[in-house]
Amino acid sequence: MTATTPSSPPGERSWTARTRKRAVGAFPPDQLLPDRQPVYVASWIYVFGVLTISALLVVLASGGILALKGPTWWHTSWVGHYVNSLHLWSVELFMAFMVIHLWGKFFMAAWRGRRAMTWITGAIAFLASIGTAFTGYLVQQNFDSQWISTQAKDGLNSVGIGAYFNVLDFGQMLLWHIVVLPLALGVIVLVHVLLVRLRGVVPPYPARTAEPPPADRGTP
Amino acid sequence: MRHGKKRGVQHDESWIGGYRSYDLVKEFVVATIVVSLLTVVLAAVFSSPDEKQVTLARWAAASPNDFVATAVTELDGTSGTAGYGAPYTHEPSAAQKIGPLKPQNWPGVTIPVDTANDFVVRPLRGVPGDPALSSSLAQWSGATPDQQQAWASAYDDALQKATDNDPAKVAAGDYGPVPVMLDRLRAMAQSGGLDGALLAQGRFYQTDYTKPLLYLADGAYLEDLARAQHLGGDQWGMMNETGNYPGQAWLWLYTFWYQVKPFSTSDNADALVWGLMMVLTLGFILIPFIPGVRSVPRHLKVYRLIWRNYYRTVEAHR
Repeated sequence: MTATTPSSPPGERSWTARTRKRAVGAFPPDQLLPDRQPVYVASWIYVFGVLTISALLVVLASGGILALKGPTWWHTSWVGHYVNSLHLWSVELFMAFMVIHLWGKFFMAAWRGRRAMTWITGAIAFLASIGTAFTGYLVQQNFDSQWISTQAKDGLNSVGIGAYFNVLDFGQMLLWHIVVLPLALGVIVLVHVLLVRLRGVVPPYPARTAEPPPADRGTP
Repeated sequence: MRHGKKRGVQHDESWIGGYRSYDLVKEFVVATIVVSLLTVVLAAVFSSPDEKQVTLARWAAASPNDFVATAVTELDGTSGTAGYGAPYTHEPSAAQKIGPLKPQNWPGVTIPVDTANDFVVRPLRGVPGDPALSSSLAQWSGATPDQQQAWASAYDDALQKATDNDPAKVAAGDYGPVPVMLDRLRAMAQSGGLDGALLAQGRFYQTDYTKPLLYLADGAYLEDLARAQHLGGDQWGMMNETGNYPGQAWLWLYTFWYQVKPFSTSDNADALVWGLMMVLTLGFILIPFIPGVRSVPRHLKVYRLIWRNYYRTVEAHR
């Protein structure tokens, strides 16, 4: 426990108090969970961000059940096969929603106005999702896994990645799929959502006027 | 409008117009219910593929000639794996190139594979009670590398000339112990023993399938099965999966490059495609900082469709 000097209020200078103050300053409750949005936030395209997160939860839930039962369960049980089907289709929905969300944000040039990091974290989340889905295909323990892994090794080896990321090593790929990549994806999605809350939803380009066009530059 | 007060914190300051009520939690709950129900229905209606895996036993039983033809290439060092280069074998000239660069060689041989010993000789040493095999293995081990190479190459050539690559129809020749070794390896594979021997590699617990998969991939059997399911590299196979399922449609751009020249005809296709995709991926992440590209949305004007209500309202008042 850290002792405080008589001149400073108890706890004011502690790391805990400073962290809380910083966090609340950055994300006051009404900004973290707002109940209003700018008037321009009125399009179906905005729903796809939330749909992506919802699908991610279904992916994690179905994948979690598969993880609890072990990698061979779904080959020997009809219940397991159905849970695997839930996992597959939730991934397909997740990726579809995310791609639509991504295109929507591209068409909005959503990096404008100090929102470059929001775009970057979203792009990295997309790439992490591709990696997670890919490793999922590698650990199915069936013909697809055999064929995909033996083909993918050539691409990865050709640029030196395969020396460390061995797609033929089931154990390594399983751990990447259920621990490393989901953890990385979860963290990057969390940061992405917090950045959306911090910077707000990108406003429209100015309406048609005689004024010069605005800059498209994104800054962190 | 809110303003950030602390270092490094700056809230959205770009909007000074009106606001509307927006129930984020309700939207999230409804979205989660809808997605869950949709997933339940899709899984029930379409299920998921689970094509049975290929074992070495199945391969040796279904296509014994291909199995033996592959095995002899592992012995004489002409198989895909034997001449692969990094990260499996010391063959620097085999590496794919991106211009003058050979990134495949940079990490070195991190997963060493000795195809003759790992795929053929060592598994056969575990076969008990076969004097002919023991004698053949002793003859093989006692020979010089040049002699081993001469026997294996001669048998490889003869097998390629034999009708249907059938070992029983190979012309007589000086093949040393190779015919006996490969015959016993085929029998071992058909019994299922080779699957275990290649995986175990002297250990009890094992999760690394590198060697059995490399062996499988060296033969024609696995690829023939895959091509029958339209999974070949030139069949957009990288993004497909067995059956009528969507597969990894998001890999379409990776797959696309393999279908067009110069990639489709290049010996360095993998390195070139992956190198190109790395550059494009970096560009994708950094779009906000790339002049021209970051302005594309403004020129496309799709945003006017997304924010059509806003523009209709604002421009009607001018």
